[in-house]
Amino acid sequence: MDETDNEAERLEAAKKAYWRANIRLLAVLMSVWFAVSFVAGILFRDFLDQFSIGGYPLGFWFAQQGAIYVFLALIAIYVVAMHRIERKFDLDDDDS
Amino acid sequence: METQSLIYLFVGLSFALYIAIAIWSRAGSTAEFYVAGGGVNPVVNGMATAADWMSAASFISMAGLIAFLGYDGSVYLMGWTGGYVLLALLLAPYLRKFGEFTVPDFIGTRYYSKAARVVAVICLIFISFTYIAGQMRGVGIVFSRFLDVPILWGVVIGMGIVFIYAVLGGMKGITYTQVAQYCVLIFAYMVPAFFISFMLTGNPIPALGLGSEVNDGSGMYVLKKLDLVLTDLGFAAYTDGSKSTIDVFCITMALMVGTAGLPHVIVRFFTVPKASDARKSAGWALLFIALLYVTAGPVGAFARLNFTETVNEQAYSEAPEWFTNWEANDLIAWRDKNDDGVMQYRPGDAFEGAPVFSEVGEGASGERLLENPATANDNEVYVDRDIMVLANPEIANLPGWVIALVAAGGLAAALSTAAGLLLVISSGVSHDLLKKTFRPEISEKGELLAARVAATAAIVVAGYLGVYPPGWVAQVVAFAFGLAAASLFPAIFMGIFSMRMNKEGAIAGMVSGLAFTFLYIAWFKLWEPAANVEANWLLGISPEGIGVVGMVINFAVAIGVASLTKAPPADIRKLVDNIRVPRGAEKPHMH
Repeated sequence: MDETDNEAERLEAAKKAYWRANIRLLAVLMSVWFAVSFVAGILFRDFLDQFSIGGYPLGFWFAQQGAIYVFLALIAIYVVAMHRIERKFDLDDDDS
Repeated sequence: METQSLIYLFVGLSFALYIAIAIWSRAGSTAEFYVAGGGVNPVVNGMATAADWMSAASFISMAGLIAFLGYDGSVYLMGWTGGYVLLALLLAPYLRKFGEFTVPDFIGTRYYSKAARVVAVICLIFISFTYIAGQMRGVGIVFSRFLDVPILWGVVIGMGIVFIYAVLGGMKGITYTQVAQYCVLIFAYMVPAFFISFMLTGNPIPALGLGSEVNDGSGMYVLKKLDLVLTDLGFAAYTDGSKSTIDVFCITMALMVGTAGLPHVIVRFFTVPKASDARKSAGWALLFIALLYVTAGPVGAFARLNFTETVNEQAYSEAPEWFTNWEANDLIAWRDKNDDGVMQYRPGDAFEGAPVFSEVGEGASGERLLENPATANDNEVYVDRDIMVLANPEIANLPGWVIALVAAGGLAAALSTAAGLLLVISSGVSHDLLKKTFRPEISEKGELLAARVAATAAIVVAGYLGVYPPGWVAQVVAFAFGLAAASLFPAIFMGIFSMRMNKEGAIAGMVSGLAFTFLYIAWFKLWEPAANVEANWLLGISPEGIGVVGMVINFAVAIGVASLTKAPPADIRKLVDNIRVPRGAEKPHMH
C-alpha cells in the first residue's frame, strides 16, 4: 500500500469521527433547546409557575424570556465547540 | 419643533440614508446581486439578517398581539427565536459550504432533479408573496397615521425606495441598507420601551422592569397587578393562556421550523465567506433579534396595563388625544351602549365585525358613530392590536421626537423585510427558473437583467397588494410558516443529514407535506371560516400549528418512498460528504 492510499484512508476516518462527534454534540444541544422551550415553557409551565423569579412566575419567564437567553447560549457553545472539534480532526476552514 | 415636522424630518433623513447607501453599493455581477459576492463579515451579516427577519409584524404587531394574548403570546417569542438554533446548528453552515446562490439551487442539485427545483421555487414564491403583502400593509398604516398621506402615496413612496436599493444594489445594496435599518429600528423600539419601563417600575431595562414592583408605592409586582386589574374586569389573567397546551406546542414548533425554512432568511447565510462564519453569523443574528424579542414581552404587558388604566371608566369627552387620533384612522372605536358617556373596557367584542363608521352625525359625546350591530356584552371599546406599539409613546405621554422615531423604525422594519423577500423572489425567477431550468444558455448579463426585471415586477405586485389588500391577506400569514415547515425545511435537513434520501423521496415528501398543510389551512381560513373552531381541528391543532403535522407527513412519506426506490448516485453521496466538512469552501467572490 502506498502513501497516498494511507493519506486518503486517514482523511476518511477523520471525517467519520468528526461527523460522529458533531452528531453527539447536536443531540446534547438540541435536547437543551427542547427542554427550555417546550418542556419548561409549555408542557410543565403550570408546575413551574408555583416558583417565581422576581415578579415573573417561572414557567411564564421561561416562555417569554429564559428560553431566548438559553437559545443564544446554545449557539455560542456550538460555535466554540465545533471549532474545537474541527481543529482536532484538522477539518476546519481557518485561513492558512 | 412640532411632532408632525419631527416625523417628516426623521423619516426623510432615514430614507436619504438608505438611498445614499444604495448608490454607494451597486451590484455589478450576478454573484453580487444574489449573495453580495459572498464576502460579507459575519457580524454585519448577522445585523442584516436581524433587519431582514424583523418585519412590520415583529416591530408593529407582535407586542400588541402579546398585550392581548398574555401567556399565549409566548408562541411568537419562542417560535421566532428558537428557529435560529435550528438554522445555526442544522442548516446554515452546510448550505454555505454547498456554496451556491439560492435555496432551490441546493434542493435541485442535492436531489439531482429539475422537478425538485421547480417545486422548491413554487414553495418559495408562494411563501414570499404571502409575507410581503403584510409588509406593504405595515408601510401603509405608518404612512396614513403619521404622515397624513393617503395609503396609495405611502405605498408608492415605499415602493420607490425599495426599488432604488433592491433593484440597483441586489443583495449587496440590501445588505448594507439593512444594517442601517437595523440600527434605526432597534433604537426606535428600545427608546420608548426604556422610558415606559422606567416610568412604570423605576427600572429602565424592560426585561427586568417586568419582573419588578410597580412604582406606585403599592409594592405589588407588575405582573401581579396586571393579573388583578384584568381579572377584576372579567378578562383572563395575563399570565394564563386560553389556548390548549397541544396547540401552543404545535404553533411554537411550526413557527420555529418555519423560521428555519424561510428562504429569505436562509439565503442571508450564503453571503458570508465560510461555513464557520455562517454559524457565527446565525449567533450574531439571534443576539440582535433577541434585543427586540426580550423587550417585546414587557412592552406588551406595560401597554396592556397602561391602556386598561387610561381608557377604562374614562369619560369620552376627556379621552386623551391619541384615542381620538386613532379613532379618526378607524383603528379604535367606542360604542356607548349604556349612554353614560363613559368608556367601559371589558372582555368580548364591543360590536360585530370590524368597525364600519357612519359618515353622518356624531354621538352624544362627540364620538364617531358605528353601523355595526352592538353585541350583548358590556364591552364598549374596540382596539386594533396593530396600534399598540405605534400608540405606546403617545399612551405613555412621551415627547414628540420619540413618536417620530417610532414612525421611522416601523418603516425601516417593513422596508428591510420587503427588500429581502423581493430578492429571493427575483432570484427564484431569474436564476432557478430561467438560468437553471428553462433557458440555460442565458448570459450573465441577461440573467442580471432578468433578475432586475423580476424584482421590479415583484415590487409592483407587492405594492398593489399593499394598496388593495385582499381580505384574505391577514388570514393566510399562517401559510408562510406552515408551508416552510412542511416543505422546505425537511427537504433541506434530510439533504444534509441523510445519505440515503433520494430524488423520489424528497419530491414525494415535499409535495405531500405541502398539499396537506395547504388544504388544511385553506379549508379553515378561506373555504369554511365558520368551521374554524377547536372542536373541528385535527387533534385540537389550529391552522397556525398544523405545519408541524405537515412536517411529520413530509418526513414519513420521504423516508418511506426513499426506502423503496434506489439510492442516490455516487456523485451525490460525494457532494453530501463534502458539504458536511467545513474545509475547502470556495474563496469569496471578488468585490
